[in-house]
Amino acid sequence: MKEEELIVRRIKDGTVIDHIPAGQALNVLKILGLTGREGYTIAIVMHVPSQKLGKKDIVKVEGKELKPDEVNRIALVAPNATINTIRKFRVVGKIKVQLPDRVTNLIRCTNPACITNKPREPVSPSFLTLSRSPLLLSCEYCGTYITQDEVVEQFL
Amino acid sequence: MFEGRDVLSILDFSREELEKLFDVTSKIERGSLRPNLHGKILATAFFEPSTRTRLSFETAMKKLGGSVIGFGGVEGTSVAKGENLADTIRMLDCYSDVIVIRHPLEGAAKLAAEVARVPVINGGDGSRHHPTQAMIDLYTIWKEFGKIDGLEIGLLGDLRYGRASSSFLYGLSRFKPKKIYLFSPPTLRVRREVKDCLVKSGITLEEGEKLEVENLDVLYVTRIQKERFPDPAEYEKVRGSYRLSVSSLEGAKDRLIILHPLPRVDEIDLEVDETKHARYFQQAANGVFVRMALLSLVLGRVK
Repeated sequence: MKEEELIVRRIKDGTVIDHIPAGQALNVLKILGLTGREGYTIAIVMHVPSQKLGKKDIVKVEGKELKPDEVNRIALVAPNATINTIRKFRVVGKIKVQLPDRVTNLIRCTNPACITNKPREPVSPSFLTLSRSPLLLSCEYCGTYITQDEVVEQFL
Repeated sequence: MFEGRDVLSILDFSREELEKLFDVTSKIERGSLRPNLHGKILATAFFEPSTRTRLSFETAMKKLGGSVIGFGGVEGTSVAKGENLADTIRMLDCYSDVIVIRHPLEGAAKLAAEVARVPVINGGDGSRHHPTQAMIDLYTIWKEFGKIDGLEIGLLGDLRYGRASSSFLYGLSRFKPKKIYLFSPPTLRVRREVKDCLVKSGITLEEGEKLEVENLDVLYVTRIQKERFPDPAEYEKVRGSYRLSVSSLEGAKDRLIILHPLPRVDEIDLEVDETKHARYFQQAANGVFVRMALLSLVLGRVK
């Protein structure tokens, strides 16, 4: 029996996001746009002992299955998270999120003088993934580095 | 190797390609190679002021027998009516064989290159890239010393916002200088991504606030922009140490050369111009030859 099951019961249908770095669960919810007012039953378990991560967070969302583009967004704050899709108490799908080598159209460049921040130009913000842990992105247009904290800030 | 290529960042070029460029430049400068660009049109799209970059590109094109269209400021163009960059570039793309762009926003040249079919040369965008200036800087050193490897190179001034110094440092990462010294006020230190690039290339770096000239073969001076300092008193405090005078060159090596991408304001005393170390005007003159070589290569008239 898993440790967290002592704290939170299994869900019937929905998504379990596991292996979130400790302390990032609330950011994951922010990225998913879950404010707590949608009516889903949500369980947040923080600082659970984990063999892989030492400590980890877990988020369980009853009644919501995540779409692929939502999975990518999570990778920005939880690069090693696993997404378990649950139907009738069974895990029917398990995806390990993997931040792609190029992140397009998810976050803005923090450099105000970057061409991607200019309105009315046919250009989308695009970043190369330099490092996944710790997260480091580099703007393909201006070269600006974007760190984990700066990514999280954009979702606040 | 070069034909049809965009020139957006000096990092797009390998050491071999840069050496090829130096070789062609040197032949053009000596007169042993005379490429002919008759019938080719260069478009200059300068959204920001420039003296050297625009006029030396124009001179280079005309010396090669080609012609030039374009603008040196947005006044009198449809940009003043609110036309966006992409549409402006699309028009120049129809009229010309190669486009040189200068723009205040970073990444503007990359966007222009995505939109245009003809090669786009970055004449400076924001505070990041100015690849042809870096090519000139490197060529000047290569011409002077016959190499770049093994030299001790110092940079003095605003290393954070200056696109010339950033591009020069990126360019140096393609070679093996013995050591690079970075002299700047703490607030104007080189940006992390530039430093990372140098460290990854295995170059030894030393950062300091005060110029130490003794070990240097090359001293690259850039303008300290007063407007970057939130506190004018802070600027007054540092300006003395970033003003190069004849006396600050005491103890310098005989062969030291001083470079500056220009324009200079008051960071190099006029008396320094008369010393054997000054090379910044030759450096500017080299600009025409380097750009002649680059245009000939990009337009495929020199293989």
